Amino acid sequence: MRRSSTRKTGTPTSASSLNSAADLFRSGIALQISIGWDNNYEADMDKLSKVFTSFCSPEGIENLCSDIQVDHTDVRILMLAWKMQAAKQGYFTLDEWRQGLRSLRADTVAKLKKALPELEKEVSKPGNFKDFYAYAFRYCLTEEKQKHIDIESICILLELVLGSQYRPQVDSIIEYLRYQKEYKVINMDQWMSIQRFCDEINFPSLENYNPDYGWPLLLDNYVEWMRGNPC
Amino acid sequence: MTMNERKIIDLEQGWEYMQKGITKLKNILEGLPEPQFSSEDYMMLYTYPEFLLYVLFEFHLLVHRTIYNMCTQKPPHDYSQQLYDRYKEAFEEYITSKVMPSLREKHDEFMLRELVKRWSNHKVMVRWLSRFFHYLDRYFIARRSLPPLNEVGLTCFRDLVYKEINTKVRDAVIVLIDQEREGEQIDRALLKNVLDIFVEIGMVSMDCYVADFEDAMLCDTAAYYSRKASNWILEDSCPDYMLKAEECLKREKDRVTHYLHASSEQKLLEKVQHELLFVYASQLLEKEHSGCHALLRDDKREDLSRMFRLFSRINKGLDPVSLIFKHHVTAEGIALVKQAEDAASSKKAEKKDVVGLQEQVFVRKVIELHDKYLDYVNNCFQNHNLFHKALKEAFEIFCNKGVASSSSAELLANFCDNILKKGSSEKLSDEAIEETLEKVVKLLAYISDKDLFAEFYRKKLARRLLFDKSANDDHERSILTKLKQQCGGQFTSKMEGMVMDLTLARDHQSHFEEYLSNNPNADPGIDLAVTVLTTGYWPSYKSFDLNLPAEMIKCVEVFKEFYQTKTKHRKLTWVYSLGTCNINGKFEPKTMELIVTTYQASALLLFNASDKLTYSEIMAQLNLTDDDVTRLLHSLSCAKYKILNKEPNTKNVSQSDTFEFNPKFTDKLKRIKIPLPPVDEKKKVIEDVDKDRRYAIDAKIVRIMKSRKVLTHQELVSECVKQLERMFKPDIKAIKKRIEDLITRDYLERDKDKSNTFRYLA
Repeated sequence: MRRSSTRKTGTPTSASSLNSAADLFRSGIALQISIGWDNNYEADMDKLSKVFTSFCSPEGIENLCSDIQVDHTDVRILMLAWKMQAAKQGYFTLDEWRQGLRSLRADTVAKLKKALPELEKEVSKPGNFKDFYAYAFRYCLTEEKQKHIDIESICILLELVLGSQYRPQVDSIIEYLRYQKEYKVINMDQWMSIQRFCDEINFPSLENYNPDYGWPLLLDNYVEWMRGNPC
Repeated sequence: MTMNERKIIDLEQGWEYMQKGITKLKNILEGLPEPQFSSEDYMMLYTYPEFLLYVLFEFHLLVHRTIYNMCTQKPPHDYSQQLYDRYKEAFEEYITSKVMPSLREKHDEFMLRELVKRWSNHKVMVRWLSRFFHYLDRYFIARRSLPPLNEVGLTCFRDLVYKEINTKVRDAVIVLIDQEREGEQIDRALLKNVLDIFVEIGMVSMDCYVADFEDAMLCDTAAYYSRKASNWILEDSCPDYMLKAEECLKREKDRVTHYLHASSEQKLLEKVQHELLFVYASQLLEKEHSGCHALLRDDKREDLSRMFRLFSRINKGLDPVSLIFKHHVTAEGIALVKQAEDAASSKKAEKKDVVGLQEQVFVRKVIELHDKYLDYVNNCFQNHNLFHKALKEAFEIFCNKGVASSSSAELLANFCDNILKKGSSEKLSDEAIEETLEKVVKLLAYISDKDLFAEFYRKKLARRLLFDKSANDDHERSILTKLKQQCGGQFTSKMEGMVMDLTLARDHQSHFEEYLSNNPNADPGIDLAVTVLTTGYWPSYKSFDLNLPAEMIKCVEVFKEFYQTKTKHRKLTWVYSLGTCNINGKFEPKTMELIVTTYQASALLLFNASDKLTYSEIMAQLNLTDDDVTRLLHSLSCAKYKILNKEPNTKNVSQSDTFEFNPKFTDKLKRIKIPLPPVDEKKKVIEDVDKDRRYAIDAKIVRIMKSRKVLTHQELVSECVKQLERMFKPDIKAIKKRIEDLITRDYLERDKDKSNTFRYLA
């Protein structure tokens, strides 16, 4: 059965209307579904494809999420996306999907659900985490030459990706991001620096923060704000 | 008689003979009467020891021979060793029996005199006896490596006289020195002679002089001046103290010249400096009513020169002085700034001319301040580097403070404009103008926002050039040359371009007139002069689509056609806001010529068609902004010359007003200029400069990274600041922002492992 190659998702998320991991996922996957499908419509409808097929609609993702019992706002969805995409950001073929699931040793939805904890561990390895973190940013870029993401989306993304590991910093940084007016968008360098900041700088004392070190101005301002606002 | 036949001289026999000569000599030295030796001869002895030769002549030859014989006789009659020993004993005997007793019974100055005499005598004795016994020096002493005869003689004096007496002598000398310090007259020649003994006693080395005299003398000197200083510092003012100190140093130097050994000079002066200046340096400088600060305040140049001379002697002595100088100059400068601020905020300041005047006065005063203290640096402070630096730093501090809302860059630019324009408030001779411009350019060196100055200057220059307000071309060119010398060619290239454009414009105009005469049909019927500006050189001007009066439209068209014949590839953008018009106003009393701007002319010409016009109608017809319309109507109806009548007749133009031609207008002159005050360009200038700075920082970062490839954040920032310093002081945050932007644009990347390091991406 051939699907129309022009099948599109719901409105591709404009930077400002992103509000869940599912949206992220959806925007990426759905676009690919149509292309992937076209290239491989003669492909063997093996088990994996069945899984693939089962959620090749917007509702499908919800179904997938409920099947593996993961809330669609859960970061593990994003981790899944990361796992799948190794080759090219925001674009993968049916093959990669197959390979991804294969590496998770999941050919049924049930197995996929079981593989999730493994996946979490894998992501949190330091080498992988940075990569995952960077991926998360790139995943939100919708336009081709886009280099920035709006503040609100960043806040959501931060919460999702760093929230569990660096709770107090993330809360504080998010509060600052929403409060300050100087930056309306964040670029990749600032994004990566936030993770480094959480990792390297003592919180809440911030005493080992050295502004001459070359941290982005955003973080200089954040530290100044923190120091002016002792909590 | 041959050697073999020589009669053997027995020791005692020979010695008896010798003794006669020695005794004779001793008697002469004792001043005892001797045949053939009068008291005058005695005087001669000291001056011409060879004089003794006359007296002892016969002895001299015979004694020589005797010694020779006694030394060359065959053993056991070779008496060299005995003669050597007896030579020494001769001295010992004389010293112990005659010299020391006489010295012991004398004290103080008398003792010194006696010592000098005895020493002189001793030297004579050594000289003579060693002559008598000379043969020993030649063979016996050399063979046995014994001390030579004159050394033996000296050593005797040293061991028997000097050793016992040198402390007493030293103390007596020091007492005399201190007396002289207190103002008494002393016998300097005596002291010189005494001190010569200390030097000579050491033979080749200065050790005796240093250890037995100099050390104690220096100690005493230090104690002496320490006591004096502790009194003076309490009683005397700083200038008085310094006078005393300088005098003391002079006198001590004098002392060395007259009797101390030259090698003492440096150590002596150092001791004095230490006690008088080093120890009390800060107390002296900080004395409340007479210290360095007060001297500067009261312009006591001579005292300050003295202070410089004195403090330059001690290690790092000038550092605190230059610091006080710097603070003083800074304070003076800040006071000027405050004065100007106060004047600007006072009631009178509502009048714009007064503000301008205050600014002029302020810049003038800063120039004068600079002149004054530069003179201090050159003269009182002998052109010393430390003080040049202090002056520079002081000026950098206050010259970068603005007055009211104007930055110093703007103030300087306005100042220049004032001097260079026609009808300037400053009535100065050409020379004075040149000099002033020179000084202004020097002040520019202290201003960190040089690019801001350039932009303000350029704007003012544009107005001067375009409205023909420049008083003197030579001055205009001269200041550009000076600016170029100080800040580099890039600084002035645009301005030079502007001046060039004006020169070319004259050529163009004559070609245009030729064109018109060749094409009479094209003639618009109005005299038209067009100045074509090269966009890059001139400040940017917003061009509004002014609805030109019909007459002027034709002018524009004609010129456009003409210009097409000259060049095809250039686009003309008309800037009507800068034009001037001469219009005839047919008023009832008399027709007058009005010199107005194009905007004003366009507005006035509307009244050829209508008698009365509302604000809105005027605005609609002219197609200008509210700002422009209000300003130009104000200049025609509410200012000095009321060409238009305004209803209601209030002081300011409002959007509900109506305007009417004023037929009754007149003035005693036939031709008047109706100024249109320019809009305040300050904000735009600052915006433009900020924008240029962003580009400059960008370009600089890229250039630095391109050549260095990899740099840490701090290195990059400091290199950037250093390279841009000539034009402006970049804000660190601004640099950071540009770096971030360049990262986003993929010119740079942050190193993956060392997060404080950036890498150039080719």
